[in-house]
Amino acid sequence: MGRHYLWLLLIPFVGLLWVPFYNFHDPVLFGFPFFYWYQLAWVPVTAFLTWLAYRTYANED
Amino acid sequence: MKTELDIPALVVFLFFFALVTVMGFVASHWRRPKTLASLDEWGLGGRQFGTWITWFLVGGDFYTAYTVIAVPALVYSVGAYGFFALPYTIIVYPFVFMVMPKLWQVAKDNGYVTAADVVHGRYGSRTLEAVVAITGVVATMPYIALQLIGMATAVKALGFEGELPLIAAFVVLALYTYSSGLRAPALIAFVKDIMIYIAVIAAISVIPGKLGGYANVFNAADEAFKAKGSGSILLQPSQYVAYATLALGSALAAFMYPHTLTGIFASKSATTIRKNAVLLPAYTLMLGLLALLGYMGHAAKLKLASNNDVVPALFQMLFPSWFAGFAFAAIAIGALVPAAVMSIGAANLFTRNFWKAYVNPQVDSAGEAAVAKIASLVVKVGALLVIIYLPTQFALDLQLLGGLWILQTLPALIFGLFTRWFTAAALLAGWAVGLFGGTYLAWTDGLKPLHMLSVGSFQAMVYVGLIALVVNIVVAVLVNLVVPKPVVTAKVVRT
Repeated sequence: MGRHYLWLLLIPFVGLLWVPFYNFHDPVLFGFPFFYWYQLAWVPVTAFLTWLAYRTYANED
Repeated sequence: MKTELDIPALVVFLFFFALVTVMGFVASHWRRPKTLASLDEWGLGGRQFGTWITWFLVGGDFYTAYTVIAVPALVYSVGAYGFFALPYTIIVYPFVFMVMPKLWQVAKDNGYVTAADVVHGRYGSRTLEAVVAITGVVATMPYIALQLIGMATAVKALGFEGELPLIAAFVVLALYTYSSGLRAPALIAFVKDIMIYIAVIAAISVIPGKLGGYANVFNAADEAFKAKGSGSILLQPSQYVAYATLALGSALAAFMYPHTLTGIFASKSATTIRKNAVLLPAYTLMLGLLALLGYMGHAAKLKLASNNDVVPALFQMLFPSWFAGFAFAAIAIGALVPAAVMSIGAANLFTRNFWKAYVNPQVDSAGEAAVAKIASLVVKVGALLVIIYLPTQFALDLQLLGGLWILQTLPALIFGLFTRWFTAAALLAGWAVGLFGGTYLAWTDGLKPLHMLSVGSFQAMVYVGLIALVVNIVVAVLVNLVVPKPVVTAKVVRT
């Protein structure tokens, strides 16, 4: 697999550092305003993107 | 908060504290090598920690007791702005994934133990090595002191006044770190992290139910901020840049510290580090939910003497006494793990980049371990004295500057992994301008993390550490362009 998967790792920087994307109250999810659940959702999304990048390396363990 | 002694809480607290103390001493027998008398063994646990040990150790070391206390306290006090800890601890992992396996490989191939070792090996400059080492030690000292503040908050919630319990806990910590080295915090981290997870999961699942659900928690916080006239559950447009630059700057600084790098260098392989970049965000999820305890403090209508009491006060109010004791023990033990690793990281720097570099270049590996063990004691006593004799605000101010300072070592440590273009002189110039210029900015702003930056019609509050880093890099590039490179590179290093 190619190392172009590494570009995926830039996505969380864009999604989280451009604050106007997510500084809203609505839509509310499980009582959480959008600002909060949007950022919390980036945790599993970033872990998934990092896992995709991880798969392009040989496992040395 | 209650101040009288709370017996069930105290019994549970003492039980877990005794448990980790025993583990700390037993740790010297864990995965025992022929001898602990080398820096690779005492200071890095033998460079053999696999995925799970590294996960617990770095998690225990990066998400500190002070984080558990201070992040909810900041959210309680200012609202959404305090939540920058979440984007910070998310974007840090793509950075770790890209950079840290390379750094680990260089350290492994050449037997390096510290960041300054890596810099010396790459550039052959004793001066650049020394400034990286000194920056690391100076930035770490207030960080250890903060762990003591976190522990003191938990001990106070149990009903103890005075500094004696704190001193006792630290003496015990100093002794088992001395005898077991990095194996002690690595083993204790298992207990600490599991306890913190239990406490946080209980808090975020039980407390909102008692306070009318998450929607009510957010509404209560919103009303409290409006009544107070400051803070908000959403950011003001004027806070956007501050929020983003604090998150980015903190993420870049996080793994420049000696304690986080020690966790990296102690890993078994580059794969171990990559796997952890995928797995460590589990702690971030916990931290994000924990931060909301700040809002729960508003929903519970707590009356607090100090914002830092919000987490202990919630546990005391909404949980049975024994479980509050468990949570306080988790916080106190949560201070021990990072404090131990920080003192080891600082001791490694002192041994390799001062003692071996200037005092005794012929020191053997047993001698290195002996020097590092003494240095770890001195570092801890220093932090204890800071907390006992100087105002708390002093440690907080120093910690703020420490983040700015450690960030200035990034170009020297990281750029060399990707390019051979920079010279030691250029990086040294960048470091000096970034560190002293950044400190001057922060100082003239009254030791605030944000600086008002005006470029043309654009005005924004920006994290001062990131401003200093940009200036640092610009200076390094300019000096590199102007000053001719030395013809012979100092030392060839396998990378």
